[in-house]
Amino acid sequence: MANIEKNIIDGLTGLRDWVDDRFPLMQNWNEHLAKYYAPKNFNFWYYFGSFALLVFAIQILTGIWLTMNYKPSAADAFASVEYIMRDVSWGWFIRYMHSTGASAFFIVIYLHMFRALLYGSYKKPRELLWLSGMGLYLVLMGEAFFGYLLPWGQMSYWGAQVIISLFGALPIIGDDLSLWIRGDFVVSDVTLNRFFSLHVIAFPLLIFGLIGAHILALHEVGSNNPDGVEIKKNKNAEGIPVDGIPFHPYYTVKDIFGATVFLIFFFGVVFFMPEMNGYFLEHANFVPADPLKTPEHIAPVWYFTPFYAILRAVPDQLGGVIAMGLATNIFLLLPWLDRSPVKSTRYRGWNFRCALTLFVISFLVLGWLGMQPVTPLFTWMARFFSLVYFAFFLLMPFYTAIDNDKSVPDRVKD
Amino acid sequence: MDNSNVDKGRRRFLTAAATVVGGAGAAAGAVPFIATMTPSEKTKAIGAPVEVDISKLKPGERMIQKWQGKPVWILRRTQEMLDDIALQDEAVSDPASEASSQPEYARNEYRAREDEYLVVIGICTHLGCSPTFVLKDGDNSPVVDWKGGFFCPCHGSRFDLAGRVFKGVPAPTNLVIPPYKFISPSQLLIGDDSEAA
Amino acid sequence: MPSYKQLYKLTFILLMSISVSASAAGGAKLMHMEVDLSNQESLQRGAKTFVNYCLSCHAAAYMRYNRMGQDLGISEDVLKANFMFGTDKVGDTMTIAMTNADSLRFFGVSPPDLSVIARARGADWLYSYFKTFYVDKSRPFGVNNLTFKDVGMPHVLWELQGAQRLAHMESEGGEHHTPTYADLEIITPGKQSEAEYDQTIQDLVNFMVYLGEPIKLKRGKIGVWVLMYLFVFLIVAYMLKKEYWRDVH
Repeated sequence: MANIEKNIIDGLTGLRDWVDDRFPLMQNWNEHLAKYYAPKNFNFWYYFGSFALLVFAIQILTGIWLTMNYKPSAADAFASVEYIMRDVSWGWFIRYMHSTGASAFFIVIYLHMFRALLYGSYKKPRELLWLSGMGLYLVLMGEAFFGYLLPWGQMSYWGAQVIISLFGALPIIGDDLSLWIRGDFVVSDVTLNRFFSLHVIAFPLLIFGLIGAHILALHEVGSNNPDGVEIKKNKNAEGIPVDGIPFHPYYTVKDIFGATVFLIFFFGVVFFMPEMNGYFLEHANFVPADPLKTPEHIAPVWYFTPFYAILRAVPDQLGGVIAMGLATNIFLLLPWLDRSPVKSTRYRGWNFRCALTLFVISFLVLGWLGMQPVTPLFTWMARFFSLVYFAFFLLMPFYTAIDNDKSVPDRVKD
Repeated sequence: MDNSNVDKGRRRFLTAAATVVGGAGAAAGAVPFIATMTPSEKTKAIGAPVEVDISKLKPGERMIQKWQGKPVWILRRTQEMLDDIALQDEAVSDPASEASSQPEYARNEYRAREDEYLVVIGICTHLGCSPTFVLKDGDNSPVVDWKGGFFCPCHGSRFDLAGRVFKGVPAPTNLVIPPYKFISPSQLLIGDDSEAA
Repeated sequence: MPSYKQLYKLTFILLMSISVSASAAGGAKLMHMEVDLSNQESLQRGAKTFVNYCLSCHAAAYMRYNRMGQDLGISEDVLKANFMFGTDKVGDTMTIAMTNADSLRFFGVSPPDLSVIARARGADWLYSYFKTFYVDKSRPFGVNNLTFKDVGMPHVLWELQGAQRLAHMESEGGEHHTPTYADLEIITPGKQSEAEYDQTIQDLVNFMVYLGEPIKLKRGKIGVWVLMYLFVFLIVAYMLKKEYWRDVH
């Protein structure tokens, strides 16, 4: 018996060597997995990068399968989704995985970004890592926006109509730009078809490329950690960081565990509450798109609502568009706005800790406000919290420069 | 990092256990994706049995009915046609329909429930073209001494008036007979041959 | 001083509870019913009401008869005899004979397809809607509806419920009184008592919730198996992780 086992192993090893002579298999295996040294003190917040990859894979897989049956025309789209839900064997399962995956993607990404804020993962030398990540976030927002038109429900249609009109608010080029985006005078079958192309192939390719860049940038510099200590500064005689452990097998095994917990939540939603009370699958979207009748209450999907609240807070149409654009893009400046040499909030002064807390509160409150109808009280609140939101960034050069940071240890804490 | 007390056996066991349990889950997870590609309810509904009214079909005439997207020929054979079929036993490669596809009740001399009516799928068993119906003394007889039957223009396969394939042509088997039954003397149900409830 | 993490968690919980209660309070208060998709008899009765009263004007074009038969335990023969009026093919969808042009002529608006209406409006809305028709001479069909103001639909179920009116409508002077459900009272009784009609409507709404998402009957049961498997795998994965991480200090 041992002989057969040995023969199989020898055979596989031989095959591996044959490939390795012609393709950088082992080189990449070592560089990125078996000999990529990651800090040993990763905590809960460090799961979300691999969760993002998992959700991306789920979206691609379910997306491919949905495309087998979905029809991207105004006449057939809504019906084709119901066809998938009822007539296609297990079609409902693939559809719910895709809709849950879309919301899960944003939950994971927001938590992933929050980790960066907690531990200063955007700071030198990881600026490009942060910028590629921000690029991914913006492209993901576009991907979600294009995808949301596809079911061709009332919310799909009118949400697209509203967002595209925002581009119309831009001076001089606005009207031509929105006409160009739509391909028609109003959101129509033409718009649907091109959004289908962008959603199914163009933006996924872009995301795939950016993920590659993002991981390469990460592996070039090495991962940050909850203590914000650069582990490469402390290497042993063999040149291996003393606080580092090889990603494989330690983090592969840990991520498999984490992924299982994630999937429990994910499938819990898919099988027991796919609509999530109207947050993941909005009620109004079960009414086919009607260009002649606007629903009473148009709100974007939950993951866009903080920015929507900021948009509505500004009394001027163009001003609102600019504010919203600023709110999404200002993150790009973070590596340069933050003047403190300390990375992790564990060792930062109270200025930054309070500012971050207020930022999180304002993000959540704005997110909630973006779902509500417009009232004088809510408008006042939106204005107030928008100011807090922007203050986090704009005042950062000042409050981080004078912050009372603690001293950072040389080695990571257990 | 401390590698000194590694229990390799336990590691191998746990890795194997995780692989087996995980593999089972992955396999189960693949099932919906594969199942999703099988014919949907809509396809099955469209492919449902179809009723055909043959009351207007005259002897020697053929009508075509679509079933599951395929052409089904219903040929009302004359006595002369039936006699000619018997003459072809030597010329066809599978006179008793042993290698071809037909229901039990069509595995006979005339390959039909009732001799007069041939119900056959009009798709050549070679590569799928639909043959033409050529009568006995027609102008476009494909061979000398043509006794009537079907001729496939794509690669020249020929079938007799019971759908049996001739020797020396590319098609390997006789034309396929679908399941069917008579609801009444003038009505066929194609796609369903269940006994009456 | 609480750590910022505790502060953050507290804020999150606070905000979630606000948003949940706020979203529930939005909009007019509706009558509430408990949807029960496990009661097959209720679904069958609801299906009967639906095909007899609704299907003449409203389609349910995404639902196939044979699917309904399988899910609700109705045999093909009973299906053809009692539930199928326009066709005899059980694989067909529940469409109607009336064209869009005709419906616009008769009703001024095209009666919407009802396949997914329960997912758009919700069970409580439908329940309230069916119970709050009242006599209103100013409307084309002589009825209005408290849940759906100035609706274009006649009170199709009036023979079961009877006719209602809004009491206190001829209010004193110029006092503006917003009518509520409590103002409705039966003036002409129908074939069913109030309790019977309530049951009929609950059955109908149960059916319409099923109609909106047929797989709802089954997905929970499948989900239990999936989660059970994942918990088993979780244990194995955890043990594997723990074993490797003994190396790390």
